Amino acid sequence: MLKYDLVVIGGGPAGMAAALKAKECGVKKILILERAETLGGILEQCIHAGFGLHYFGEELTGPEYAYRFIQEVEKTDIEVKVDTMVLEIRTGNVVVATNNKDGMLEISATAIILAMGCRERPRGALDIPGSRASGIMTAGTAQKYVNIDGYMPGRKIVILGSGDIGLIMARRMTLEGAKVEMVCELMPFSGGLQRNIVQCLDDLGIPLKLSCTVIKTHGIERLEGVTIANVDEHRQPIPGTEQYVECDTLLLSVGLIPENELTRMAGIIIDPVTNGAIVDENRQTSRPGIFACGNVLQVHDLVDYVTAESQIAGEGAAAYIANRPRGRNHYVSVSAKDGVRYVVPQNINENTDKDVKLYFRVADVFRNAKIIVESDGKVLYSKKKPKLAPGEMEYVTIKASDIGALEKKQLTVRLEVPTK
Amino acid sequence: MQYDVAVIGAGVIGAMITRELSKLNLKIVLLEKCNDVAMGTSKANSAIVHAGFDAEPGTLKAKLNVQGASLMAYYCNKLSVPYKNIGSLVVAYSWDDMKTLDELFERGFANGVPNMEIISQERLRDMEPYISEEAVGALWAPTAGIVSPYELTIAATENAVLNGARVKRNSGVFDIEYKDDLFFLSTATGVIKAKYLINCARVFSDQIAKMIGDTSFKIIPRKGEYYLLDKNEKKMVNHVLFHCPSKMGKGILVTPTAHGNVLMGPTAIDLDFDSKLDLDTTIEGLNIVKNDVKTVIPALSTRNCITSFAGLRAHIAGDNSDFLIAPSKANGHFINVAGIESPGLTAAPAIARYVGEIFRDIAPQYERKESFLTTRPAPIRVNELSDEARKALVEKDKRYGRIICRCEGITEGEIIDAIKAPCGARDMDGVKRRTRAGMGRCQSGFCGSKVVEILARELGEEMNKVTKFGNGSKILYNRTK
Amino acid sequence: MTRDMICVSCPIGCALHVELDDAGNVLSVSGNTCKRGEKYAIDECTNPVRMLTSTVKVNGGKLPVVPVKTSAPIPKGKMFECMKAINNEVVDAPVKMGDIIISNVCDTGVDIVATNEV
Repeated sequence: MLKYDLVVIGGGPAGMAAALKAKECGVKKILILERAETLGGILEQCIHAGFGLHYFGEELTGPEYAYRFIQEVEKTDIEVKVDTMVLEIRTGNVVVATNNKDGMLEISATAIILAMGCRERPRGALDIPGSRASGIMTAGTAQKYVNIDGYMPGRKIVILGSGDIGLIMARRMTLEGAKVEMVCELMPFSGGLQRNIVQCLDDLGIPLKLSCTVIKTHGIERLEGVTIANVDEHRQPIPGTEQYVECDTLLLSVGLIPENELTRMAGIIIDPVTNGAIVDENRQTSRPGIFACGNVLQVHDLVDYVTAESQIAGEGAAAYIANRPRGRNHYVSVSAKDGVRYVVPQNINENTDKDVKLYFRVADVFRNAKIIVESDGKVLYSKKKPKLAPGEMEYVTIKASDIGALEKKQLTVRLEVPTK
Repeated sequence: MQYDVAVIGAGVIGAMITRELSKLNLKIVLLEKCNDVAMGTSKANSAIVHAGFDAEPGTLKAKLNVQGASLMAYYCNKLSVPYKNIGSLVVAYSWDDMKTLDELFERGFANGVPNMEIISQERLRDMEPYISEEAVGALWAPTAGIVSPYELTIAATENAVLNGARVKRNSGVFDIEYKDDLFFLSTATGVIKAKYLINCARVFSDQIAKMIGDTSFKIIPRKGEYYLLDKNEKKMVNHVLFHCPSKMGKGILVTPTAHGNVLMGPTAIDLDFDSKLDLDTTIEGLNIVKNDVKTVIPALSTRNCITSFAGLRAHIAGDNSDFLIAPSKANGHFINVAGIESPGLTAAPAIARYVGEIFRDIAPQYERKESFLTTRPAPIRVNELSDEARKALVEKDKRYGRIICRCEGITEGEIIDAIKAPCGARDMDGVKRRTRAGMGRCQSGFCGSKVVEILARELGEEMNKVTKFGNGSKILYNRTK
Repeated sequence: MTRDMICVSCPIGCALHVELDDAGNVLSVSGNTCKRGEKYAIDECTNPVRMLTSTVKVNGGKLPVVPVKTSAPIPKGKMFECMKAINNEVVDAPVKMGDIIISNVCDTGVDIVATNEV
């Protein structure tokens, strides 16, 4: 059995940032396990620009953002095993993995950081009736075919879902010579960044159809077309609005799901809203010594926030390794209410000595809503925002001294929405 | 090329018959119009082994069902096919329903179904903790089970090939001529000559029969739609659960699959004679399944659905239709094996034996081979191995250490095996059915492109020549650069 | 002449209304809630620029293409012209991060540079 102080599962932006921070905090033996052939994770195929504005203060492409961390990792003695799949986390923090060099690996770790990222919601989960023709795939799959494998997965494209990957792929496919007929969005607003709507759709004259969905796929072998329809306020198709659109490809960009199979197998408690682990302010999960960060914990909008969160986890894991804390933690629990979908972290150690950033997402588009953090009716924080949207992650910072002073060990993040 | 026997249609029935006849000293070919075997009803059905209380006593369906159910364990064991003898429950919701259960019991008894019992609400709840509050009792049939139908087809085909049979894929038959005691079959890959024909062409079997002048039956494609749920719903259902049949028909069933998912369906919608390629799922059909399942297990949710699909059953037009398994009146060297709808999968082993007997009656000149291989090499399933066995395997061949499909834990080695097998996979769906790569919750979102790459490499093709399921089901177009 | 657009400088997404003269000079910008909105409107009306990213064919690499970007934003109207130049380019492996693949692409004064290693 191999022995490490820290095993990081996933070598994308989250795993690398967490490992680097842990190293910086003095952790000696660190191992990153990555399932792909290289470090970098999904950034390797995100060749568009727009990464790093917050963290590096400049606009980078995905591979460039990843490269900066890969270089940092290479400068350290952090060990990396690529093309390696973790199969299981056993009791006592033993990681079981496999690859085609070492065969089966059993690794004992003092601490583990989960950084497996997320996957796209597939067609099956959407329940679109129709044929089983080829040419229906997630936007991310198409992105890999185009940007890594160098093949076009279609020529006449309809995109369902206006998440950022869908918008980015509308532009990519168009630049590479395909005709993108339209982007359909079930909701009355797009979940993507405004900038992407302007630069990926408007610039290229691609229509964005809001409150519209694909209700049927056609074609026996390769996709030949889709039927789209407008939907009502209950997201149900409106009879009479059906329209046939000829296309050979349907790209799906309809949501991301944190990849928590290992987490569940390890018996870690999952938040039903984020679909990620429930964590404290150090990103420690319900299992002592196991931490989680990045998109496996909550789906982020910007990689810069993934990096920030992963550094917290790296630091938390380092402290755990150094101190091996025992005994029960006493938490302030954090909950979401009134237009706030969730808050991460869900728990805060009541004696925390650091200020804590509460990350959250809202449930709808709000204008001039007030973000309020309160405890037992007492307001700790309050700020009006001109615009809040589900596509964007928000955060507020709560002072350590305020947390320590709480009478009731409970915090709520909510919105106060102006009456129309 | 001249053969003694040509079997038309490589579904579970065609494959099992080919295997059965490859026990004889003869040249046999299995013709399939698609790029792979098990591309029709055999890949889209309820995947269950019926105990045998549904069919009217005295029918072929009744006889072959009960025989098939008792043979299934043996065949699946020999052919290394996932099969579980979990038993079935017909659930009653009223005292009227309980009376129906008595009738089913009587019928099952007449058909020779062993060990049935009518069980109480308490015992039912014990066996199925999530069953509807409304359930009052059930008919328990312990001989029922679940099986992987496409793997049975693939395994039977592989075994037949090992016993000397040939398989020709992409060889749909579009015309048959009979002269000088020989059938001349025009297929998409050239003319095939054969002395005897066996028609296992499911919904197309009437069209094949017509080619030799047999117009005695017509097949109605009967569509059934299904939902397949994630493995994390596994705990919700332990047995094959049927509704008590009513005037509205059998209703849908809910069952675990041999691989641990939950399957629910099918609907039963009769299509036009000319809609035999229609495998579209529909909002209406899927809604029927969704709503119907709530009456059985209210807590089961399609939120954890990983895919939905439709299959066609070959139903012979007319009332109370039975399986049609007999030499054609138009040509005694042509055996129809038609109208094989439910319980066709269950009956498949028995149908194969039955057709074997018919064949020996009409062609007694063929002797048994001296040796017949009853098994096929069991495919390596890495994630079913013990830690030690797995370690040893990866030591020997590192490709079994490289996971391609992360949802189902399928390795590169297993995918290569599936491609290199006798009658191996040639397309993505073929890899999926043989290995389960792409069968999991991400539905090949991550592994799809890697499977395309491996297929291209192993078949010596460019990536954009790889298809999802043959013909025009291409995945990639031109290179970007 | 007028133009309406949505500002992308920040997530608020103000609806901007721009008045232009016949020569295309901006006369006024309204609807913005900050200075950046005004600048965005003027840039978009007088000299809209975009970063362009794509891939270039690689010979002898472990991957068939290498991702590239423009070293600075290029005029929006030149995107497809630059794509043609990018599509016609072939480089030999190894390619290093930051390698100039095409210098001064389509006379924009901007280079096409590699954004990964192949």
